[in-house]
Amino acid sequence: MVTQTTSGLIVGMLLFLVAAGLTLIFGVLKVVNFAHGTFYMLGGYVAYSTLGATGSYTLAVLAAAAAMALFGVLFERALIARVYGSNVLMQLLICYAVVLIFDDAVKIVWGPDFHAMGMPPAFQVPPLFVFGGVVPPFYAVLIGIAALIALALGLGLAMTRLGKTVRAAAINPTMVSALGVNTTLLFAVVFAIGGALAGLAGALAAPVRSLSPGMGFSILIDSFIVTVIGGMGSIGGALVAALLIGLLRGFGTIGFPGFTDGLIYAAMILILVFRPQGLFGRRTA
Amino acid sequence: MRKRAINRRSVLAAGTAGLLAAPWVARAQGKTLKIGMQSIFSGPIALLGTSSRAGLQMAVDRINGSGGLLGRQIEVVYRDSKGQPQEAARVARELVNSSGCELLIDAEASSGAFAVQEVVRDLGVACIHTASETSSLTADPKIRVATAFRCARQGVHDAIAGSTYLAAYSTEKKFTKWATCSPDYAYGRDTTKQYLEFFKKFKPDLEIITEAWPKLGQPDLTEVITKLLQAKPQALFTLLYAGDLSAFINQGNVYALFSKMTVATPNVDYPVLAAIKNLPAGIQSATRYLETFPDTPANKAFGEAYHKKYNELPTNWSWQTNAGMHFMEAAVKKANSTDGKKIAAALTGLKIDSPFGVNGTLTMRDDHTLVDYAIGWGQTVPKPPYITGVKPAVWGKIVELETDWKKQQHYI
Repeated sequence: MVTQTTSGLIVGMLLFLVAAGLTLIFGVLKVVNFAHGTFYMLGGYVAYSTLGATGSYTLAVLAAAAAMALFGVLFERALIARVYGSNVLMQLLICYAVVLIFDDAVKIVWGPDFHAMGMPPAFQVPPLFVFGGVVPPFYAVLIGIAALIALALGLGLAMTRLGKTVRAAAINPTMVSALGVNTTLLFAVVFAIGGALAGLAGALAAPVRSLSPGMGFSILIDSFIVTVIGGMGSIGGALVAALLIGLLRGFGTIGFPGFTDGLIYAAMILILVFRPQGLFGRRTA
Repeated sequence: MRKRAINRRSVLAAGTAGLLAAPWVARAQGKTLKIGMQSIFSGPIALLGTSSRAGLQMAVDRINGSGGLLGRQIEVVYRDSKGQPQEAARVARELVNSSGCELLIDAEASSGAFAVQEVVRDLGVACIHTASETSSLTADPKIRVATAFRCARQGVHDAIAGSTYLAAYSTEKKFTKWATCSPDYAYGRDTTKQYLEFFKKFKPDLEIITEAWPKLGQPDLTEVITKLLQAKPQALFTLLYAGDLSAFINQGNVYALFSKMTVATPNVDYPVLAAIKNLPAGIQSATRYLETFPDTPANKAFGEAYHKKYNELPTNWSWQTNAGMHFMEAAVKKANSTDGKKIAAALTGLKIDSPFGVNGTLTMRDDHTLVDYAIGWGQTVPKPPYITGVKPAVWGKIVELETDWKKQQHYI
């Protein structure tokens, strides 16, 4: 039970970090960022190289988040800013091009073969046993970090001036702009936060997952399921949906070993049929 | 306008056309001997193509350095099929019909190799498959082709050798409860089944208490790992490979999986061993290629020369392609021709000296498949040579059980 729950939490929390950025960007900018998986992938690779150069995992994680924040801003300014409000197909094409270009770029820089980062020495310790379940310390720390970020995001959006502006811009960007808020800057900031979150997730996952070109794609699909279930644009929804998916995976593999993926899609279909705006989504007029 | 017909661009075009036509001229003059080599050079398993090419190039450099083949320098034409069967078939045809290749080295994975096989049947060119391990490619007389041979391990050989080793190991350790964890697609499911068939035959009290089937390339295997831990098997058999195996080992380490059960795998290639950080000791593992098995100076020399030249460790495919070219060389010399039928006659039953043979030789058996190559199982250690205490499989026993299996399949 405990083992299954922590395994569900860890899958869910990493998924939440990626999906939170995705849903934030959609909520504010109405851009379906298909290139979000690329942020996750590049975050993992940046962390891998930083760890190789400095030997510090903390530094590697921070570097990945910072680099992806910067990448997010550049991506938004150079490409996405040109297609706001235009056909969604145009945005999709640009994002898909970025995915392909950076998959190849990763191949050129890091090679087509997979890389393994390895566990940082501080976490090379035996797992803890809690109530008969296995809880790896590294995962406990990961869940803690992700929970902190969820809290910070939630509070930040609810309490700070920036958060309020972001929420206002999500509802009516033209009005926010008319009130004298620099929305151009705001949009860039949103992309920076989204990028940093995905980069962070990539770096946090790197010690246990394999790094390979195209790895962003697998997490992208799960992230989209999370945003659909949670409601496009809702951070709280993303958190609940990510944990739901994580736990479905954790427990589903015991109950329905051949149908774990099926369960997740079934959950998505149920939501789409009975609550198309998602668990926490606002129904658009 | 007409005057401008001869401008810089048209001169360039003519020059390019001339360059493109030049190999054809060379062929007419019979100077270079062109060999077509196709494989997967892009995508997640590009290592198949690149390490096969490296193995082949080492053999070709050696042959060219000592005067070529039939007095002609060898030129290899490489093609990427991207792993798609229809593309593999098209490329094979193009290599022979348009690029003027007289011989084929096919380093395609099984999906592509079966497509190439049919092209070879049609064209009658001599071809050696150096990557496909699927037994039926040569074992099934309906699929076998007169001029196509396999210089690669064969699935059924590995299944027999692996199961024999694991059955003896289980008996020694008194293990009866096993679990399996393999990728959820044709290869993983079929090969697991084949191993288990032999395994159960050798160890009737074997019990498979749980099975896990992660998706190919699944990034997070936590649920698989926790499921295995919960089932508490004594040992685990896995066919995960490359990045998936690395992720499994990293995530398994987090849960101390390797201290709770013995893990056995036939799938760890040399570069994978080197790329996995924190490789746990004591994984029961087959050798696909190992510099120290067979432990001979010739094998060590190959491993070191390869490492020096390409700055990476040879894969299983490297030795197979290298040996494949060696077979081709010996057969062409013996037949004194590049004619498909003559080479096929020379290759059948051919025995060559090779560092990769279990007793220093490799044999191309009458049924067009390789035998007497090194198969062994040992235990992993975190540092080079990565696998130690390798026990070689007994070929007499493999062939005996393979024959039974072929009868069962109605191949003979």
